[in-house]
Amino acid sequence: MTAASGEADRDAEVEPADGAPSIMFGSCPIPIFEHKQIVLGHGSGGKLTSELIDTIFRPAFRNPILDKLDDQAVLTIGGARLAFTTDSFVVTPIFFPGGDIGRIAVNGTVNDLAMSGARPLYLSAAFILEEGLATVDLRRVVESMRAAAEEAGVQFVTGDTKVVNRGKGDQIFITTTGIGVIEDGLNISADRARPGDKIILSGFIGDHGMAIMSQRENLEFEGAIESDCASLNGLVASMIATPSEGARDFIHVLRDPTRGGVATTLNEIAKRANVGMMLREQSVPVRESVKGACEILGLDPLYVANEGKLLALVAPEMAEEVLRQMRRHDLGKDAVIIGEVVDEHPGMLLMKTEIGGTRVLDVMFGEQLPRIC
Amino acid sequence: MKYLDEYRNGPIAAKIVDEIRRVQTRPWVLMEVCGGQTHSIVKHGLDHLLPEGIELVHGPGCPVCVTPLEMIDKAHAIAKKPGVIFCSFGDMLRVPGSDGDLFTIKSQGGDVRVVYSPLDCLKIARSNPDKQVVFFAIGFETTAPANAMLAWRAREEGAKNVSLLVSHVLVPPAMAAILASPENRVQGFLGPGHVCAVMGYSEYEPLSARFKVPIVITGFEPLDILQGTLMTVRQLEEGRAVVENEYSRILNRDGNPTAQKLVASVFDIGDRKWRGIGTIAQSGYRLRREFAEHDAERIFNVDDIDTKEPEACISGQILRGIKKPHDCAAFGTICTPQRPLGATMVSAEGACAAYYTYGRHLEQHRAQLGAAQLVSVESLVGAA
Repeated sequence: MTAASGEADRDAEVEPADGAPSIMFGSCPIPIFEHKQIVLGHGSGGKLTSELIDTIFRPAFRNPILDKLDDQAVLTIGGARLAFTTDSFVVTPIFFPGGDIGRIAVNGTVNDLAMSGARPLYLSAAFILEEGLATVDLRRVVESMRAAAEEAGVQFVTGDTKVVNRGKGDQIFITTTGIGVIEDGLNISADRARPGDKIILSGFIGDHGMAIMSQRENLEFEGAIESDCASLNGLVASMIATPSEGARDFIHVLRDPTRGGVATTLNEIAKRANVGMMLREQSVPVRESVKGACEILGLDPLYVANEGKLLALVAPEMAEEVLRQMRRHDLGKDAVIIGEVVDEHPGMLLMKTEIGGTRVLDVMFGEQLPRIC
Repeated sequence: MKYLDEYRNGPIAAKIVDEIRRVQTRPWVLMEVCGGQTHSIVKHGLDHLLPEGIELVHGPGCPVCVTPLEMIDKAHAIAKKPGVIFCSFGDMLRVPGSDGDLFTIKSQGGDVRVVYSPLDCLKIARSNPDKQVVFFAIGFETTAPANAMLAWRAREEGAKNVSLLVSHVLVPPAMAAILASPENRVQGFLGPGHVCAVMGYSEYEPLSARFKVPIVITGFEPLDILQGTLMTVRQLEEGRAVVENEYSRILNRDGNPTAQKLVASVFDIGDRKWRGIGTIAQSGYRLRREFAEHDAERIFNVDDIDTKEPEACISGQILRGIKKPHDCAAFGTICTPQRPLGATMVSAEGACAAYYTYGRHLEQHRAQLGAAQLVSVESLVGAA
């Protein structure tokens, strides 16, 4: 038999740790450590990222435009409303199933512009290259950026290149900045979420995050999961053009659930607009392959990154129309209503589970970590 | 998804809950032993589906939670050393020691890596022959075979730069400790499915007989947990106390003899400290003397690290089922998953973290509901 058998019926002795545990908690037993250094979680898009923004960046740069904390700034210049945004891209590996760092560098910025309802126009690109990067890889990345820009209908109009010593970078880092124009009459922003709004998700979640995960060392999943990396401005344009019989301003919020996934993005909106949300687990589309990979690693698809999906909060009377319109578009063909904005529990995101229970979906704290068992 | 969706079926769940309600005549306190079960209960909201009077208390089966502070401090001391690649399961990285967590050490230049299988350490060691690769071998009987395999293969392959920092604990002694405590409230157990997949369940039979307590070895999906609860309640109502197996699609009474043999050849049994509980006699695995060359505690001389557990938080009582997370004034206020004060808040599987993440707001929400509403809900249930 086993080494452990036979021990079970022996008297087990318990010594309380350092006296009987006390109900009181006068002093904090484990030191509260404010981070003296940046940890990876500060870049995860979760709570640590917000902490960094709130304690370091916002106090320094504070102004009314920044304080809106949308994914893009909306500027009014000479009567025109412009959307303006920037994003840096660091991905390992730089080539992955369904895309590469160049493609997300274009799509990420185009999508941030599109989520304000803007028509993206011009991009800049800044490259930080590590000494030793194969030029053939750089060429491949740049070609992919060209193709993605063409698909999205944007042009690169300025750029910059720096090279760092070997070991001081991870092959290639790309920063793209973009500008787009917002048509009159559109007012899309996280603070416009209203009780009653329907929450529409444009398709299957978790593809990008799990595609990247499955490519990282030591994870050999059968059946490759492909990144959903895509530019969403075409889909947004068609949503805005939904035949509305006079209804205006029916799209209240648009967001692309990238880092932190659907749960983190909806939490941010719920907190910004001070509304509650209720999702239905059964309605949230997750591919079998993504579900399986998440089950193995103990991850939750609702917190896994997407690069070609959007969440739309739409006035209830127009929700079905918008949904129909989305489904006509290739990137929206699997769009579904996954829940509603509600009056109750402001600032919180709840979900009816498949089994009939209710759970709270909180903001992701730092990196999602695989669980031990 | 096949083999999962079948066990997450709402209508069947409702039927099982009805059946529990039918057989139950009085309140019962049950403990689910495993952290994975706790996680599933709160993730799927199962505790809110169960009839009034069936109280689930969360057991000590979260491996990350019960790893003693002292071992975490040892791990951190080793991970900080130059020339060390420190490998760990993912969720151990955020567990705070006396001074920061493994993420902090990584940010300070430590080479800390997440591995999905302990055997990945061999690959890492092969490609880094000038580095010492240390694996943080924690967990219950479930992870023991894979961890044992690492030690075994390291010795077979003469991988001198591979070692294990072992902090392995065993379920039956912890259950015995809970049952033997004068404060014990637990009347029946949902036994640890994955642990028994390795060990079988024969070793739970003497426990069940001695303490006259039903133990139903239970799986991790919602229907498993509800079915396990029903089987336990049935035994209690009928005055029986035996070991039953709800998780028969995975395990039998004997478990996996190959895995057991491997474990026994690599580890022997000794006293272990449990975070929040204290030392339990004969409650954990240590590397056998033949594997001394791969014993990180010996190689890195961290024996003198002897951190005392802080006494302020009530995680010890929570791990033994005496208290619930809501009984702690620190819960959700000064103690959160970001700033955990104790064992049960540190891992997603810990009872406090699970409550915090999935149930916290619901409790608030319920408190906000007027008494009138609660009464009407109850009368509805009563009328049904």
